[in-house]
Amino acid sequence: MENKLILVPAEVRSGQLRRVSLEALAAAGRIGEGCRIGAVLLGREAEKHIEALAQGGADVIYWADAPELDSPHADAWYQALAGIIRDLQPAAVLMGHTALGKDVMPRLAVRFGCGLIADCVGLEKDAEGIRFVRPIYAGKAFEKRTAVHGMLLATIRPNNIAPNEPDSSRQAEVVRVAAGPLHVRTVIRDIVRKSASGVDLSEAKIIVSGGRGVKSAEGFRPLQELADVLGAAVGASRGACDAGYCDYSLQIGQTGKIVTPDLYIACGISGAIQHLAGMSNSRVIVAINKDPEAPIFQVADYGIVGDLFEAVPRLTKQLKAMLEQ
Amino acid sequence: MKILVLVKQTFDTEEKIVLKDGRVNDEGVNLIMNPYDEYAVEEAIRLKEASGAEVVAISFGPERAESALRTALAMGADRAVLVEAGSDAADESVAAKALAAVARRESFDLVLCGYMSVDNGAAQTGPRLAEELDIPHISSVTKLTIDGRSVTAVRDAEGDTETVEGELPLLVTAQQGLNEPRYPSLPGIMKAKKKPLERIALSELGLSAGDMSAKTAVTDIFLPAKRQGGKILQGDMDEQAAELARLLRDEAKVV
Repeated sequence: MENKLILVPAEVRSGQLRRVSLEALAAAGRIGEGCRIGAVLLGREAEKHIEALAQGGADVIYWADAPELDSPHADAWYQALAGIIRDLQPAAVLMGHTALGKDVMPRLAVRFGCGLIADCVGLEKDAEGIRFVRPIYAGKAFEKRTAVHGMLLATIRPNNIAPNEPDSSRQAEVVRVAAGPLHVRTVIRDIVRKSASGVDLSEAKIIVSGGRGVKSAEGFRPLQELADVLGAAVGASRGACDAGYCDYSLQIGQTGKIVTPDLYIACGISGAIQHLAGMSNSRVIVAINKDPEAPIFQVADYGIVGDLFEAVPRLTKQLKAMLEQ
Repeated sequence: MKILVLVKQTFDTEEKIVLKDGRVNDEGVNLIMNPYDEYAVEEAIRLKEASGAEVVAISFGPERAESALRTALAMGADRAVLVEAGSDAADESVAAKALAAVARRESFDLVLCGYMSVDNGAAQTGPRLAEELDIPHISSVTKLTIDGRSVTAVRDAEGDTETVEGELPLLVTAQQGLNEPRYPSLPGIMKAKKKPLERIALSELGLSAGDMSAKTAVTDIFLPAKRQGGKILQGDMDEQAAELARLLRDEAKVV
């Protein structure tokens, strides 16, 4: 794949360049030695992220600033990227496995007649080729996949591939590109931003999660306080969602979100197989549960057998004091 | 209105994964309809009950996937079509080509499917199929309203709630919370045995050799290292909280 171009469509959320886009840039650098790494920025506000992308590994930044691209609209982004890919003919396209990535990359794969290896948590490159590692059965197993025909398309799961150390000496060429005429077929009427704390579950490095043991919607409050001290996101088991203690968008598990944070604190969660499937690849797991036989203790690195309403506020207090030092 | 709903048969989410000869072993495994597809089927049946639509359930998979289609029929779908792959070398690109060939043959106003399957978990099929059919798609939908040709969908997009509008024909992928899927009733199950279920081989769909060839290949499948249980902390709750904070900082180095 030498002397070729690898494109990385970059996303901005709440004014910030998304970390997973930098992770995808790093992955692109690893698979494409000798290639040009091209970040793609869409939208008028994107200009302020050029430096971060250059420092994160982009050799060139392709920027299309049509107003329809200012916010993440799947149909507009798909059309803009299709035009850019058609014009630039990259050897590969890597993007975060985000809501937008999941909407546009499969469509691009069909448009360009190639495969898409989605939700990758690692990659290998050697004389035999490039293989991406991805979870199957919600992480109960893993597969390695390779592209055998056409462009290499892949989406990268957040928080699994390290971004490059920012290199302040790096500069990137900026190339303005046309987004092409964009005929969008769906309209976003309204967006209600739920994550007030701004930390999305799939990108969170720390997650504080509540199960049935939380007992009520108010029961999440001590968990939210702990999350605030840690800069963490709040998740939940299916049991807590089914019981109405929280919204399904918090659900972690085989039929919810699959997460791989550095630290997962499970409060009042028993550890059913489906829940474990959603979080057992976390780097460090803490379990807090009244029941010493709860299956969650079999995967936890540290366990507190006790009432979460006693443990969590005390833990919050200790960590707050510690982090303030 | 004509609604196509995609169904995939997957392992029950309770199942542990066992490898045999480097592949996932399905001997003795309990098989179910992909939970996300249940929301899609349920939504199709509700639309049918509200406005008299015809619902056709379609699956791309091995012969045993017939039982997932019978479940869709038992929930209320009118007909089913099973495209048998013949081997398991197909990937997402082949599945979408096959489903698209059936969809074109059927004609449709709305296509419903699950947001992703709990086995492959790639969430590609819906968007791929929409692109093959040259229709827009709205993914991860938690509420769907159809009024004539107008579609209004509420979707869960990474914690944000978006309200999206479009027009039929389009494809919707179903997210948890869209509805409560019904259990097939006994009369439903009995009726399902007599409803038409057509079986077609992938090779009979008129696809090119290129379309029927996977664009990706699996080189290896492995199980993650088994996690061991770690330390259960001791002492009174104040002591345990202090110890945990210290361990997280100094030993685990995650705070």
